[in-house]
Amino acid sequence: MTTRKRREAPLLEPVAGNGLLDRRALLGRGIMFAGAVSTGVSTSPTTAAAEPLRDDDWSLETGAITPALQTPSRFEKDVVRILSNPNGEPRTSHARTPHHLLNGTITPNSLHFTINHSGIPDIDPAKHRLVIHGMVKQPLVFTVDSLARYPMVSRMAFVECAGNSAGMFSPQPLQASVQALHGLVSNAEWTGVPLSTLLEETGIDPKAIWIVAEGADSLALSRSVPVKKALDDAMVALYQNGERIMPGNGYPMRLLLPGWEGNMHVKFLRRLKLTDQPGMTYFETRTYSQILPNGKAYRFYFVNEVKSFITHPSFGQALKEPGYYEISGIAYSGNGRIAEVLVSADGGKSWAQAALQEPVQSKAFTRFRVPWRWDGQAAILQSRAWDEAGNVQPLRAQFVAERGEAAKMPNVFGFASQHYNSLTSWAIDNKGEIKHVYA
Amino acid sequence: MSMLKATSSLVLALAVAAPAALAEPPGLGKPISEAEIKAWDISILPDGTGLPAGSGTAEQGAKIYAEKCVACHGEGGKGGISAAVVGAPPIKSIDTTKTIANFWGYSTTVFDYVRRAMPWMSPRTLTDDEVYALTAFILAQNKIIGDNDVMNAQTLPKVKMPNADNFIIKFPDKI
Repeated sequence: MTTRKRREAPLLEPVAGNGLLDRRALLGRGIMFAGAVSTGVSTSPTTAAAEPLRDDDWSLETGAITPALQTPSRFEKDVVRILSNPNGEPRTSHARTPHHLLNGTITPNSLHFTINHSGIPDIDPAKHRLVIHGMVKQPLVFTVDSLARYPMVSRMAFVECAGNSAGMFSPQPLQASVQALHGLVSNAEWTGVPLSTLLEETGIDPKAIWIVAEGADSLALSRSVPVKKALDDAMVALYQNGERIMPGNGYPMRLLLPGWEGNMHVKFLRRLKLTDQPGMTYFETRTYSQILPNGKAYRFYFVNEVKSFITHPSFGQALKEPGYYEISGIAYSGNGRIAEVLVSADGGKSWAQAALQEPVQSKAFTRFRVPWRWDGQAAILQSRAWDEAGNVQPLRAQFVAERGEAAKMPNVFGFASQHYNSLTSWAIDNKGEIKHVYA
Repeated sequence: MSMLKATSSLVLALAVAAPAALAEPPGLGKPISEAEIKAWDISILPDGTGLPAGSGTAEQGAKIYAEKCVACHGEGGKGGISAAVVGAPPIKSIDTTKTIANFWGYSTTVFDYVRRAMPWMSPRTLTDDEVYALTAFILAQNKIIGDNDVMNAQTLPKVKMPNADNFIIKFPDKI
């Protein structure tokens, strides 16, 4: 039996520098390290004799009462979001997703990132209303209950702040975790009513080009969305990963604009006004218009372009010993499905193709994985993604040449909102310590 | 193939071909008039659409600023625990602080944001005259309008902001 299995398993020769192995090894049932003997690297370095097994205390007593709403094990207490404004000072509050402590593609609702510009409103769904008006044939008002009776759709979608990863514009690499650098993106299954269904009922004046969307928060946060996007794949979302949307994510309903910058997915959605011009609101003409090196600025960037980053291993997760590791991370694109992810362990000199976890869905997280045998020497890990539209993550040198770098070292939680979709590099030294570098 | 079977596969084919258009929309939205929406309809467009009646001057705005804004935005609008509303640091790098005078593209956005979001702790409590006056005060302090200019639904949209021509639409094909 064993012999036969071994013959079927792919032999793991390195396919790129510094020990990257063939992704096809992940598809088989067994992994065999062809190079292990010849390089002298043990595949099972923990050789100390095991202690005899015995029952632990929890196996010898009745367990806890089953709660109505379950929460993670107390041993997972460090798996939390990082807060930029824990005392609720009168400014924006960010909560970042701990990507280095999660796996798979779904962000649990309790860990989904949120940005709230003026706190989280306490909305009674029985009193909440959504009104659609302006350049329509018949203005309509909807209750939460009435929307819940509409034909619904479910889809996976990432939501990413336009300024996620903007700390990467720092002139020197910030020594910060993947959570601090890239934690303003999360991925969930959203369920709700296609906006096109509701617009079909109101009717649209052919001269309407924009929809000025507004929330029920104290800022009445407002963004302008092209009618074109509304009729393409926009949704009035009511559910997040199967349960009602979290308060910080827009309870009782939010606009979902798959692939587009998070601020436009207006939370606590209460009003959609069809117009022939954009509102030029504070958040679109100020915060999320980004300055370019020549002093001009991009307006209506909208799309979060193809991006990937390695979550395992990453900053803060030292490698304890040489041997086998899985390199894994997240890739996504606001322009469709991920087509390919390459991973390098030698700072971009050579690349190995990563395995993409199925199903690979449009405008949603794709988990990529590459088997790796670390030989205990210095290595630089990078990932680079392509989407089905043919877009590729730009290399950092080229990217900052076009987009510029910040003049000063920013606070990791407080930087100018700028779209960043270049590479992230983690340098591992011969002790296994991981630093953030530009490579 | 039976007639029934043929008919049901035709129905199925049509349903697959046009999933977006519902044969019978649920129709659960209640008609509402623009008059009934008025209290919520606070959108101001850059051409002035939506600007309410009323007016204000910088002198009137200075008094309101001293009473309702200075605690956060500082003396003379130079900034405090909240952002400066006066001042225009030159844009020299991508992380230059964006201000009304060095960055904002439209004067109407000042009115819109003050009315919808300020004061921070009690938004939408200012009268329209107060919002016009504060808008005039901020624009005059930034030397974008004259000290005696009156801001109202006709004059405000005509105020050209210093940085108005420095924006590039990133993805025009998406609009």
